Amino acid sequence: MEPGEIHALLGENGAGKSTLMNMLYGMLSPDSGEIVIDDVAHKFTSPGDALAAGLGMVHQHFMLVPVLSVADNVILGRETTSALGFLNHNAARKAVREISERYGLDVDPDAIIEDLPVGVQQRVEILKALLSDCDLLILDEPTAVLTPQEIDELLDIMRGLRDDGKSIVFISHKLKEVKAIADRITVVRLGKVVGQAAPDASENELASMMVGRDVRLTVDKEPAQPGEPALEIEDLTVVDERGAHAVDGLSLTVNSGEIVGVAGVQGNGQTELAEAIMSLTPTLGGTIRVGGSDTSHDTTSHVIESGVGYIPEDRSVDGLVREFTVAENLILNRYNRAPYASHGMLDAYRIARSARENIATFDVRTPSENTPAGSLSGGNQQKVIVAREFSRPLKLLIAAQPTRGVDVGAMEFIHSRIVSERDNGAGVLLISSELDEVLSLSDRVAVIHDGKIIAEVSPDTPRDAIGRLMAGVRPDDETNEEVAGD
Amino acid sequence: MTDEERAPETEEPASATPPDTKPEPRPGIVPRFARYLVTANNVMVTVYALVLSMVVGGILIILTNEEVRKTFTYFFAKPTDALSASWDTVASAYTGLFRASIVDPEDISKWLSGNESLTDVLYPLSETLTYAAPLILAGLAVGLAFRAGLFNIGAEGQVMVGAVAAGIVGFQVHAPFLLHIVLVLAAGMIAGGIYGAIPGILKARTGAHEVITSIMLNYVAINFLSWILNLGWVKDPKQPEQSYAVDGNARMWTIMGSDNRANIGIIVAVAAALGVWWLLSRSTAGYRMRAVGLNPEASRTAGMSVPKTFMMTMATAGVLAGLAGALAVAGSGAPYALSRDVSANMGFDGITVALLGRAKPGGIIAAGFLFGALRAGSSQMQDLVPIEMVIVLQAVIVIFIAAPALVKALLRLREPAGGLSISEAKGW
Repeated sequence: MEPGEIHALLGENGAGKSTLMNMLYGMLSPDSGEIVIDDVAHKFTSPGDALAAGLGMVHQHFMLVPVLSVADNVILGRETTSALGFLNHNAARKAVREISERYGLDVDPDAIIEDLPVGVQQRVEILKALLSDCDLLILDEPTAVLTPQEIDELLDIMRGLRDDGKSIVFISHKLKEVKAIADRITVVRLGKVVGQAAPDASENELASMMVGRDVRLTVDKEPAQPGEPALEIEDLTVVDERGAHAVDGLSLTVNSGEIVGVAGVQGNGQTELAEAIMSLTPTLGGTIRVGGSDTSHDTTSHVIESGVGYIPEDRSVDGLVREFTVAENLILNRYNRAPYASHGMLDAYRIARSARENIATFDVRTPSENTPAGSLSGGNQQKVIVAREFSRPLKLLIAAQPTRGVDVGAMEFIHSRIVSERDNGAGVLLISSELDEVLSLSDRVAVIHDGKIIAEVSPDTPRDAIGRLMAGVRPDDETNEEVAGD
Repeated sequence: MTDEERAPETEEPASATPPDTKPEPRPGIVPRFARYLVTANNVMVTVYALVLSMVVGGILIILTNEEVRKTFTYFFAKPTDALSASWDTVASAYTGLFRASIVDPEDISKWLSGNESLTDVLYPLSETLTYAAPLILAGLAVGLAFRAGLFNIGAEGQVMVGAVAAGIVGFQVHAPFLLHIVLVLAAGMIAGGIYGAIPGILKARTGAHEVITSIMLNYVAINFLSWILNLGWVKDPKQPEQSYAVDGNARMWTIMGSDNRANIGIIVAVAAALGVWWLLSRSTAGYRMRAVGLNPEASRTAGMSVPKTFMMTMATAGVLAGLAGALAVAGSGAPYALSRDVSANMGFDGITVALLGRAKPGGIIAAGFLFGALRAGSSQMQDLVPIEMVIVLQAVIVIFIAAPALVKALLRLREPAGGLSISEAKGW
C-alpha cells in the first residue's frame, strides 16, 4: 500500500477479504506471516494495537449506540470531562464539526444516531476513525447498505480523504464501484491474491479473475410465456409498526411464467408487501390471491404449502437459523412434511441424503451438510435458502433482495435459477433495490412509490425514466410509459 | 491480466468441490487430545468447573473447621501441623461424601464377611438415587424450556401443584396395585402441565414475560399448598402440618430392598430424559422448539407458529416438573404425604441442574446424579460437610459454568474455535 491511495480488495464472498482485514485490525491472529506498517513488522493481538498503529476500520455492521447523539458516539471510549466530572460535550461537538467540514462529511453532531439514514451513520463511523488519527482506513463492504446517491457521496468523501494523504482499503465485490474509485485493485480468491489490476481493466476481466471463469453480467433468457395469474393483489393496505400505511391500496398481478420486478427506493413498502403476501404481517384491507384462491387470511404455513417460495430480504434474521446445520436449514419450512417427517418423527436419513443432493445441485460450498449454516460465507448462506425454496415445486416465488451481499458467481447462479423457475411455469415477484438486477431479470417492471404501484413499464425503459418514477414523479404521457400485461 | 496470472486457477475444478476442506495433515491423536484438554470448550469447562469448585469447597471446609483454624494460630512456629490438619480434614470430608453417597468400602468387607446385609451396603447409593430422580425431572423441566428460548423459573410452582394433585389422588382415590401408581404419576403430570402452560399461554397471547409470570405463579402455588393442607379432607388430624399419607398401592416400588428408599422413580426420571432427548433430536415438535429457541424470526418466516411452540414447550416442561412433584410425594420414602416443604426447593435446584447439564438430557442426568450424591452425602456427614456447604458448592459450580471466561482465565485455557458459549437460555 502506498500512502494516499485507494486500494480496492476485490473478491467473491468467502474469498478471505474480511478475514484478511480482521487480521489487520487485530480481531483475529494470523497463523503465519506478518503485517508490515511503515517498515515495522507488527503483531496485533487486539483492535487497540491496530488503532495505536494508525489503522481505522469501518465494519459492515456499524458499531454505534443508537440512542446517543453523533458527538457522544464519536467520543465513546475517550470521553474527556470538565472540572466537575461532567462530560465535555462542547469539545466533542467542535471536533465533529471540524472534521466533518474538512472532509465534506456533512454530519450534525447533535443528531441522534437512530434518526439518521444508514449512509449518514456510516459517515459517523468514518468520523470516529478519523478522530483517532488513523492513516489507513479500512472500509469493509461500505456500499452494501447504501442507496445509489449515498454511494456517490461516499465515493466523493473517499476521494477527499485520499487527496488529504490518507490511505484507504476498500473492500467490495461490486465491480462498478471498484473501477470508479480505486487507484489499484487486488483480486483475492480462495484466500490467495490472484492478481492485481489497474482500474481501467474491463468488468469482464475483473469478474473472471474473481471467480476464475468467465461470468456473464447480463441474464440470458427467452421471452416470457405468461399464463394464468399466479398472484393477484387488489387494494392491499398494510400498516407498519408506527401506524403509517406502508402499503396503501396496492394492486398488482403476477402471471405464471413471468418475472415481475418491483423497482423502488427502499422503504416504499416493499418489505411490507412481501410480508403481507407471506401472511407474516396482518393486512388492513384488500385481497391477495395465489393461483386463484384467497390467501389473505391464511397462515404463513398454508401460504408456503400452497406453493409459494420466499427468499426473505434479511437472510441472517429471517432466512436461516445460524446455529442449525445446513441440512436442518434446508428443511426449515418443510420439517414436518413428507418426505422429511412422518407421524411427527424426523427422517434423519432422508434429510441428510436430500441435503447432500441439494448441496451438489446448488453448489453450496460447505465442508459437509452437518456444518452450522452460520459459519458459511454470505453467498453460500443465500444458496442454502435458494436451495430450500427451489427444491420443491413452486407456483409463485417471492424473491426479496435475492442477491444482496452475494458475489458475482453466486449472483449469476441465483439469477439463472430464478429464470429457470419462471420457465417451469412459476410466477416470480422480484423485489430488489438494485435497479440493474430488476431491469436485467424482469419481464415486466412495476415501480413502487409510497406504498402504491405508480406505473408498470417494460424493462427496456430508460433508467432515468424509471428513476423519475421511483422518485414519485408520475409521467405526464402515460401511454408512452405504461405497458399493460405484456 | 496476463496469462501467468490466470494459470494457477485453470488447474482447479470449476466448482462443486468444497474448497475449504483442510489439506494440511492432521496432528496425531495424542497432541490433539492434549490440545482439547487445555481448550475452554463446553466439556472441559464443565470438568474444570467441578474441579475448581472442589478446591473452593476445600478452602471453605478448612476455614469453617475450628480444630483446623486453631492449628493456623501457630502456623509459623509449626506449619506442618496446619497443613496436615487441613489436608486431613479436606480429604476425610471428600472421602466421607463419597462413602455416604456411593458406597462405603468398609460396608462391603463387612458384607463379604457376613456381618452386614446387602441393604446396608446399598444404602448410600439408594439415598443418592432417591434425591437424584426428582432433581433430574426438575432439571429437564427447566432445560427443555431453555432449548426453546424460555426461562422456566416456575418449575418450583409446577412441582408443588404436581405434588398436590398426585398426593390427593394417592390418598383420596383407592385403586388396585399397578393402576394406582399410574394414576398418581398421571395426576402429577396433568396438574404440572396445566400449571406450566399458564405462563406459556400468557406469553403467546399477551407477550407477558414468562420469567415474571412464572415467579408470581410460584407464590400462588406455595400459598395454594398451605391452604389445601388445612382442609379437613386433606389434613391428617394426627400429624401437624401434614396431609394423609398416600395408599400403599400408590407408593413407588422400591428397587434396593424394602428398607432402602430407592424406587422406580429413578427409572421414570431416566426414561423421561430419554424421552426429552428423543423429542428434541428426533421429533418435528422438538425441531420446532429448537428452531424457535435459536431464531424465532426465521421460524415464523418458515411458517412455524412461535406462540404455539411457546405454549407447548411450557406445558411439556410443566408435565416434567409435575412428575417430579409426584415423586416427591410418592417416591421419597416416609411419610409419603404432602407438607409445606414437599418440593424441597427442587424447582430452583432444577435450574442449577439444567445449567450444569447444559440443557442437554444426558448432561441433566449426570448433573442430577451429582447433586443427588451431594445431598445424600451431606445428610450423612452433617458434622464434616453440612448441607449448607453442599448448597454453596452447588452454587459455585454453576457460577463457574455460567462464567466460562473466568475458568479460562484462571487456568489459562485456549479459546475454542467457535468462541466461548455463555448461557443456554436466550431472550431474557
